[in-house]
Amino acid sequence: MSETTIAILLGIGFGTGARIYMLRTDYRSYPTYLHGRIIHILAGFIASALGAVLLPAIVNQDYTAVTFFTVAASQFRDVRNMERNTLLNLDENEIVPRGKTYIEGIALVFEGRNYLVILTAMLTTFSAYYISYWAGLIGGCLGIFLCSRLMSGMKIRDIADIKIVQPHFEDAGLYVGDVYIMNIGLPERQKEILTYGMGFMLIPHNLNGKVNLANFGQRQAILHDLYMGLGIYRDSGTPALTPLAKRNMDTGALAVFMLPRDHDEEWARFVIGNVPVLESAYRYMSSKKKNRLENQGE
Amino acid sequence: MVLEKYILAVITMHPDAGIAGLPIFYAKDEQEQNRLANLLEAILDGIAHKISDGVYIIVKH
Repeated sequence: MSETTIAILLGIGFGTGARIYMLRTDYRSYPTYLHGRIIHILAGFIASALGAVLLPAIVNQDYTAVTFFTVAASQFRDVRNMERNTLLNLDENEIVPRGKTYIEGIALVFEGRNYLVILTAMLTTFSAYYISYWAGLIGGCLGIFLCSRLMSGMKIRDIADIKIVQPHFEDAGLYVGDVYIMNIGLPERQKEILTYGMGFMLIPHNLNGKVNLANFGQRQAILHDLYMGLGIYRDSGTPALTPLAKRNMDTGALAVFMLPRDHDEEWARFVIGNVPVLESAYRYMSSKKKNRLENQGE
Repeated sequence: MVLEKYILAVITMHPDAGIAGLPIFYAKDEQEQNRLANLLEAILDGIAHKISDGVYIIVKH
């Protein structure tokens, strides 16, 4: 086996390995176990093969192959489309939908991770080709380490404090903390809500967090993940038991109300803290403001 | 303009409250009012909101 072949195989191996490492199915049950995962492992394999052959192609002055690489890489945009379409279709049948912003975030991540796979495979082949196999192994490990750093962004626990607050009624008004959620007229519904209901207060650390929690897509993502983690007490035809998130307009805090099956407070805190901060919902308000003021001072 | 919320029915114990232009259900006591509101909430997929003592509205959200 030639040195080039070994370098390429190492690249493919580490690239696919990186995809498997980044493909985790947890309580959110996505990608679906087995078949959903196979699709992404295969896409990752193709991505790593592309990344691995790029450098040898350049070295051998095979520029047609390099051009094909750019065409092939653009195919990964379809991964995003595929995920978006699947999730949008599935969302219609969810008892608590993910919401479009969350779906867009998930689709973005699936596309982005294939590029990370290409990067890992390139790094591995590069080190194996120019230095030695050992360097290839180290390069591969470095690539996977890079993937682990780049694969996930901020979580809700990074931008807000989470407090558990029992929902209460003031006449027919349902409140979580001091935030009015909705009007529940029937005493029976009120009893169900007091028995099964759980409330959370998310207190943002700064202006960025306030803006992020104000986003409806982010709120829906929180509600969906809570449902995936804790289950829900509701059915079709019971709109009064719909989980809701409302904002305290004075403080920017978000009050989340839902009726979970599992009332484990520690787990609930973990689940809500583990909700990803959606890229398209996050704004860098504070840093922009700071930059502006600094620039003005110059 | 799309109306996202609309009142489907009113359940009241006050026939003289002057409500008009909507399906109105009269109840003689609180128990009957709750029963009616419960029933209509389930049938119409709406939420029973309490406007004041003795007046419930079923709203589709």
